[in-house]
Amino acid sequence: MIGALYAIFAAGLSLIFGVMRLVNLAHGDLIVVAAYFILIAAQRLGLSIFVAVVLVAPLMFVIGYALQTILLNRVLGDDILPPLLVTFGLSIILQNGALALFSADSRRLPAFGLENASLLLGPFPIGVLPLMTLAAAVLVIFLLNRFLYATAIGRAFRAVSDDSTTAQLMGVSNGRIFGVAMGLALALCTVAALFLGARANFDPTIGPGRLILAYEAVIIGGLGSLWGTLAGGIILGLAQVAGASINPEWQLLAGHLAFLAMLVVRPRGLFPQLRDAA
Amino acid sequence: MTTNSIIAERRADGRPPARRFSAGTGGSGLKLVAACAAALVLFLAALPFFSDRGLIQTLFSAMTMLALAQFWNLLAGYAGLVSVGQQGFVGLGGYFLFAAATFAGIDPLLAVPLAGLFAALVALPSAWLIFRLQGAYFAIGTWVLAEVFRLIAAQIKPLGGGTGASLSKAVADRAALTQAIVDATGMRAPAARDVAAYWLALILVILSTALVYALLRSRRGLGLTAIRDDQSAASSLGVDPFRLRLMVYVLCAFGAGMVGALVYLQKARISPDAAFSVLDWTAYILFIVIIGGVATVEGPFVGVLVFFILQEQLSDFGAGYLILLGAVAIAAMVFFPRGLWGSLAERFDLHVFPVRRRLTWTMEPPGTPASAQALMESDETRNGAGP
Repeated sequence: MIGALYAIFAAGLSLIFGVMRLVNLAHGDLIVVAAYFILIAAQRLGLSIFVAVVLVAPLMFVIGYALQTILLNRVLGDDILPPLLVTFGLSIILQNGALALFSADSRRLPAFGLENASLLLGPFPIGVLPLMTLAAAVLVIFLLNRFLYATAIGRAFRAVSDDSTTAQLMGVSNGRIFGVAMGLALALCTVAALFLGARANFDPTIGPGRLILAYEAVIIGGLGSLWGTLAGGIILGLAQVAGASINPEWQLLAGHLAFLAMLVVRPRGLFPQLRDAA
Repeated sequence: MTTNSIIAERRADGRPPARRFSAGTGGSGLKLVAACAAALVLFLAALPFFSDRGLIQTLFSAMTMLALAQFWNLLAGYAGLVSVGQQGFVGLGGYFLFAAATFAGIDPLLAVPLAGLFAALVALPSAWLIFRLQGAYFAIGTWVLAEVFRLIAAQIKPLGGGTGASLSKAVADRAALTQAIVDATGMRAPAARDVAAYWLALILVILSTALVYALLRSRRGLGLTAIRDDQSAASSLGVDPFRLRLMVYVLCAFGAGMVGALVYLQKARISPDAAFSVLDWTAYILFIVIIGGVATVEGPFVGVLVFFILQEQLSDFGAGYLILLGAVAIAAMVFFPRGLWGSLAERFDLHVFPVRRRLTWTMEPPGTPASAQALMESDETRNGAGP
């Protein structure tokens, strides 16, 4: 079930890579920042965290749009070095900014005991929160797919992804499309942050770890395939659980090794759709 | 001084050879540069005899960063292999030194090059895995590998597991060179160890710079930049991208391993989180190279200077200092993508370490009109310029 969480982390990454071939190294830190925003909204306004998400997601969308149109569009190009380094710099800024503002204490989103509640599914008890995470992951990916394939702006996304020059000739503004894509990705970060924060403690330093997991899910699933990303996340989660059952210290290691093993057998992932234009 | 010079002839109006030119990396003032560099090296080598230990330690860490920056620049700037996982090899080098010195009783200073070899050996199968990833995903792959190394190192119980280990004084100071310094100068052993590490770091900086410089002036270097700029065009001209990139990747792992071993010999204390720290061994290095100038041999020198000045001035601010560092790096990437040195070099045509191929006229055609002369010059800059 933890794999579903990784899939939500990865959905936003999959989207922005698909649309603009951008690898965002600050994605994990953006999730952490979103988690702090939810926490603040919930505490200051006395809201439930689920209502707080509804407030924070539009905010993150605006931040993403601004970030993309003001900063990242300037460095996107044939050379992969500038965007990588800029997002890496951003990651350091966000991490230390969060450290300065929110201290290094680990926090948790209050989920009203939901984190411990469980249902009996036949003979097996299943946690309510993991179940919700899975449902959210499926829903997020379903909606994202519908959005890409059944709306005008989704069509523009795919057009830009396939051939940005021609798309531009047809009257699509690349800069704005990229902005919307980044905005959406950050709104997805908010959803990821909700389940991350409700499930376990978080602190300013955990961003890069989540980023790596998210990318592993994307690569295992195959570039450009959203359902593949979900499968990738679940494989990663299963590998971690299997590793942890042998030795608790092997949890992360087992996930990484599963990823490397995947590279050996299926270097292009399970369901590759995009050619990786590097 | 030209390497791989291509002598070509052009015929104007069908007349016998009118102009000859060659393309090479020749630069003016190389002898002056060499003399200055030699003087600087001698000065730095003699420094421990008349300076305090604090300065030696600062210079030591600056030089280890510089060596790492040279290797990273070769990897990312010239070979197009953007890695955010060099900390993996730094950590491996450090851990190898601890294991070799503690369990095998190898002279710690001798273990430094061995640690480099060990890192290079590990890099070979790693490359086989992550070269399957393209471009930016390669960067993620290197990071995952570094994490795997860190998690494995944390499992090695004899070396302290997750909490790390210390090198006992007796082991750390056993190196023959350290003993020789103690005997010759009457220094105390820890200070002598600093001096020995400092000299080794100096050698490492010289070697890494010379290696990168020599490589880039060779045919292989030309092939490397060709791959970075256009892989399919380069391979259609007979450059083997895989072999060249593998060579650079393994070489850079070797360098990072040696630096790691040296750093942790001097610190005499290692832990997985420090030795495999992405901030210390990759983020700082990226900053140094970006500020100085990606894909210039001179850039890392400038970058290290700026980095250490900033660190001295601002290290009290803690998180604020890192925020500033990130912001400066982003601003540099957006406004000065060529970095400080790259921008200067472009404006004033400065080349301390000339590695670019440029056209030079070896035989002036008689009576060349002024306009043709101007044309030749524009040709020269176009052919000389990188991406």
